[in-house]
Amino acid sequence: MNSVEIKNLDLNFGAVKVLQNLNLDIKQGEFVVLLGSSGCGKSTLLNCIAGLLEVSGGQLFINGKNVTWSEPNERGIGMVFQSYALYPQMTVKGNLTFGLKNAKMPKDEIEKRVARAAEILQIEPLLDRKPAALSGGQRQRVAIGRALVRDVDVFLFDEPLSNLDAKLRADLRVEIKKLHQQLQNTMIYVTHDQIEAMTLADRIAIMKGGKIMQLGSPDEIYNRPQNLYVADFIGSPSMDFFEGHLENGVFTMGDIALPMADYEYANGPVSGPAIVGIRPEHILTGDQTAGAVTTQVTIDIVEPMGSDTLVYSSLNCKPLHIRMDGKAKVAAGETITIGFDPVSASLFDPTTEERI
Amino acid sequence: MADPVQFTGPHGPKPKTPFSRRNIMLYGTLIVVSLYYLVPLYVMIVTSLKGMPEIRMGNIFAPPMEITFEPWVKAWSQACTGLNCDGLSRGFWNSVQITIPSVLASIIIASVNGYALANWRFKGANVFFGILIFGAFIPYQVMIYPIVIMLREMGLYTKLGGLVIVHSIFGMPILTLLFRNYFASLPEELFKAARVDGARFWGIYFRIMLPMSMPIFVVAVILQVTGIWNDFLFGVIYAKPDSYPMTVQLNNIVNSVQGVKEYNVNMAATLLTGAVPLFIYFVSGKLFVRGVAAGAVKG
Repeated sequence: MNSVEIKNLDLNFGAVKVLQNLNLDIKQGEFVVLLGSSGCGKSTLLNCIAGLLEVSGGQLFINGKNVTWSEPNERGIGMVFQSYALYPQMTVKGNLTFGLKNAKMPKDEIEKRVARAAEILQIEPLLDRKPAALSGGQRQRVAIGRALVRDVDVFLFDEPLSNLDAKLRADLRVEIKKLHQQLQNTMIYVTHDQIEAMTLADRIAIMKGGKIMQLGSPDEIYNRPQNLYVADFIGSPSMDFFEGHLENGVFTMGDIALPMADYEYANGPVSGPAIVGIRPEHILTGDQTAGAVTTQVTIDIVEPMGSDTLVYSSLNCKPLHIRMDGKAKVAAGETITIGFDPVSASLFDPTTEERI
Repeated sequence: MADPVQFTGPHGPKPKTPFSRRNIMLYGTLIVVSLYYLVPLYVMIVTSLKGMPEIRMGNIFAPPMEITFEPWVKAWSQACTGLNCDGLSRGFWNSVQITIPSVLASIIIASVNGYALANWRFKGANVFFGILIFGAFIPYQVMIYPIVIMLREMGLYTKLGGLVIVHSIFGMPILTLLFRNYFASLPEELFKAARVDGARFWGIYFRIMLPMSMPIFVVAVILQVTGIWNDFLFGVIYAKPDSYPMTVQLNNIVNSVQGVKEYNVNMAATLLTGAVPLFIYFVSGKLFVRGVAAGAVKG
């Protein structure tokens, strides 16, 4: 059974159509990340699932129950917000129990649940403090705890780590993943951070303009992007694109001819104009170039990052990024030989922008 | 131990000169301005403590040779306005009976209004809010006569209850604006979190919003108490001598044309009338600062 089902969902703010005919099925226990740049409708979609926004059309099912018209607290969801949204006048315990008291739950049951959540999140010593006396990471734990005590089926996260500094963000990211493995709940997680999406998700939904551009595992999204937008959005630095022509299984750009015999076509081999997308780490350098189609490029800028070295260059008057080994000895102005690996490349139709 | 480093030229904190030209200008201006405000108050207090013979000597700045509280007693309990000769006390209690219910009613209603407008955006909320704000710009004078008729039809004309209703209504636009803007400035996610936690309209209002809104309630109380206490126009129109608020009575005492002008009684009456707003400023000023400090906690 699907944990969350979204059927033909529309949402309009006045004349502005934010979400249009959106469909999404999320399996029990799945961790789905909604990823997109700001204004793509990902938070709006989450608010619709939570019941904080009234939908303009379509249906919402949680655990097989139609919740389209239900109040947020009747949907079996818990939500964690970016700004934590802890009630400042209540203690941590007050924050955790507020929802349970509203549900008129017996006292001993409340105590049991608070104890369990506090243990899982390791916030027992903080229970009598006010939110103002907590650090950012502790506040976010309490916010997660507030969803946890309600024993909900679906956790909704609205950019929960965006207000934290980089180190804490990495730590809490791992903790959220641990929490998911421990609880096995369905989780829907909104973020604009690719790393969070790639590391946490079972499936990622990349959104743009209120539509899901691609829904797939992190591996599919990264290695087989469905369209130009997804290919360009995921990866940092992003994929480099070169226009060319595809004929008889050979992709030609300028004087470079790439045999695409091993390429996995989406719908079988085709001919015509095409765009090839290559990730910086899929450009071969040094000894790897043996046997591959090669060309010479001049290095413009070198960015040593420790673990690897990023090289900025150009090919056919288009920018070209190359991710080299961290120990590579290269300098600006040098000319190096690079090779292409057709299997890890992606081909797109220039007019439809879909994967070929 | 190493020798202390010897500096040449400027080092460390810059020395301050207490009698710099800047300080003289600054404090000079402050002293002059405060004198400008305090001298009339001084004259009032001094005069109210003098007897009439001393006042007739004409040294208004001179401190009283013989301190007497008679003018204060007279202003409070014996001064005549029209037929009544029971002083300002009657007006004081009238004003109390007008101010307390009007302040409570207007603040309670306006805070709920503001909360609904800020957080529960119902259909037509913007239009409603627009009309309300427009109401704040309509001159009172336009509405005086229609309200006379309305109060008369309701049987509340010249009654204290009528004045309470009038004050509550006229406080509504500005207070609603105040509360709406304050509630809108609270993080929206708190409201959402409370909804996910199963709280409804009143639950969120009482349990989440109210405890976070002390500063704005104090501001509203200051605004309303001083505004309603100091009101003269509505008091003079919608009340009759028995139900005149303190301000109207003060006017009648000070502006009475019969007999001798008792300056000391007038001064005492004025100080008595101004005491309540003054008291509110002093008391709530402190509360206000505390409220702002407590409200500054980010969740």
